[in-house]
Amino acid sequence: MRLTDYEQAMLAGKFGEPRRRALEQQIKVGRFFDAEDFVEIAQVHLMADTESLGEAGVAWLEELASFPEEERKVRVPTVTDPRGVDFDAYKRLGQQDAWAALEQRAIDAFTAMHFLMTDTCINYQTIFPPAFGEHVAFGDTGSTIYANSVCGARSNFEGGPSALAAALTGRTPRYGAHLDSGRKGTHRFVVKDRPKTLSDWGALGGVVGRATGSYWTVPVLEGIEGAPTSDELKHFGAALASYGSVPLFHMIGVTPEAHDRGDVFDGPMPDPKTIGQADIDTFYEGFGLHEDGVDVVVFAAPQQSLVEMQALAGLLKGRKISDRTTLIAATSPEIKSACDRLGLTATIEEAGGIVLKGVCFYQMYAREIGEANGWKRLLTNSAKLANIIAGYGYEPVLAPMGKCIDAACAGRMSK
Amino acid sequence: MSDRIVKAHVGIGSPVTATALVASDDFSARYDLDRLEGVFSRPAHKLCGESYVDKILVLNTAKGGVATAWMLYEMKSRGMAPAALLLNAANPIMAQGAALADLPFMDRFETDITAAIKNGDRVTVDPVAGTVTIHG
Repeated sequence: MRLTDYEQAMLAGKFGEPRRRALEQQIKVGRFFDAEDFVEIAQVHLMADTESLGEAGVAWLEELASFPEEERKVRVPTVTDPRGVDFDAYKRLGQQDAWAALEQRAIDAFTAMHFLMTDTCINYQTIFPPAFGEHVAFGDTGSTIYANSVCGARSNFEGGPSALAAALTGRTPRYGAHLDSGRKGTHRFVVKDRPKTLSDWGALGGVVGRATGSYWTVPVLEGIEGAPTSDELKHFGAALASYGSVPLFHMIGVTPEAHDRGDVFDGPMPDPKTIGQADIDTFYEGFGLHEDGVDVVVFAAPQQSLVEMQALAGLLKGRKISDRTTLIAATSPEIKSACDRLGLTATIEEAGGIVLKGVCFYQMYAREIGEANGWKRLLTNSAKLANIIAGYGYEPVLAPMGKCIDAACAGRMSK
Repeated sequence: MSDRIVKAHVGIGSPVTATALVASDDFSARYDLDRLEGVFSRPAHKLCGESYVDKILVLNTAKGGVATAWMLYEMKSRGMAPAALLLNAANPIMAQGAALADLPFMDRFETDITAAIKNGDRVTVDPVAGTVTIHG
């Protein structure tokens, strides 16, 4: 890789050991992907829940945080993805004190490095949305695909260690989605039937993701007339990134780099694949139904926006969740504060639901809390969560928010 | 039988020799593994129930979330990691995780690596040279 004088000095340790290590690690990745140089970044979103970090990862962070402040302080604004524990709710969920203690150690280390502990995967909706053309280093696949596709910013998937390195050096290797060539369409999809609910949008993301299935593919969607909402694009992108490991999509006439097909295709266009209602129905049917009972209903992955929380509260108002079923909605600390202030938290709790802040269901020791609470049959309106959670011992079913609420109140699904 | 050599892009980490665990499925540490037990746990995965510890793990492509970047380091610190990871197509997360964990990691082979290597083959991975040797 070609390094500037400044980067050479950083690699020689002139700006401290943490930055030297970080750049060294970034060079390994840059070389692996044939990056020619680094690109400066404007902000970082870091995914580092303690379930992923483990004791080893937290100890690694603490060591970094023990360097002098001048050497450990991040170079650009750095916000965090959801944590593993909501300190106000963890005992109720059967989470262990040891996990909360590990979480606190991680928070102390991040704070010492001047992180902003936002604990959210919807930073693009709630904190500091990236601007068009801005280079950033985002963790969480959902935040990255939204930043790339909807905002027109530029980021690869930056896993925790990599995003942390970018925060310390203020740059990232220039490959993949940072390059114009990495943002051209590779697959075409024509959407015949516009999705209606958020889970329909997630299902569409799942269908497209299954048909792409590599980080280096860029799906292009046609046939969506008029802009979807931020939450619709959020569910679509999160599911697409989860099923397809894809960091970027274009939607002709909707997303900012795709006014028309000529903007996103070089040379001959690939043949389109048509997606209709039957494909979406088949996607849902793949999960089945929980007619015999539902243990837990989850609204998360991505965390809920204020608008989703309002919709949830509206559907739950005056109703009671079944004794056999637990209902969880996870959102960011900022949105939780707004929900408290606006009375939405109270409405959800009066119906028997649980509102969590700063966490997301699959990042909070999902296997262990499932075993502790007897949760197996899970219902969600998030296609992303439905995709992830089977690996944690759950039997997920996907349904629109309204059906999820009906099932939570009845204790089971009906056809 | 003689050794066969498969060429690839230069990878991350140091050379290692071990037994291969192979499937044509994709890979995510978060979605597919019980990391405490060191086995595949996702019911739909072809390797469900198989231990990956100290194996040369050979799969198709990286999928899903970013958590694997931390998880490889954490798994290796407990001695519960694969000996190496070979994918037909990597994504950044796997490379970033391998760089932190110093786990031998390669992709972009001259042929479908999940077909070239059979389950149980003895394999030498050399990320520096960009070669994989399948011992006969």
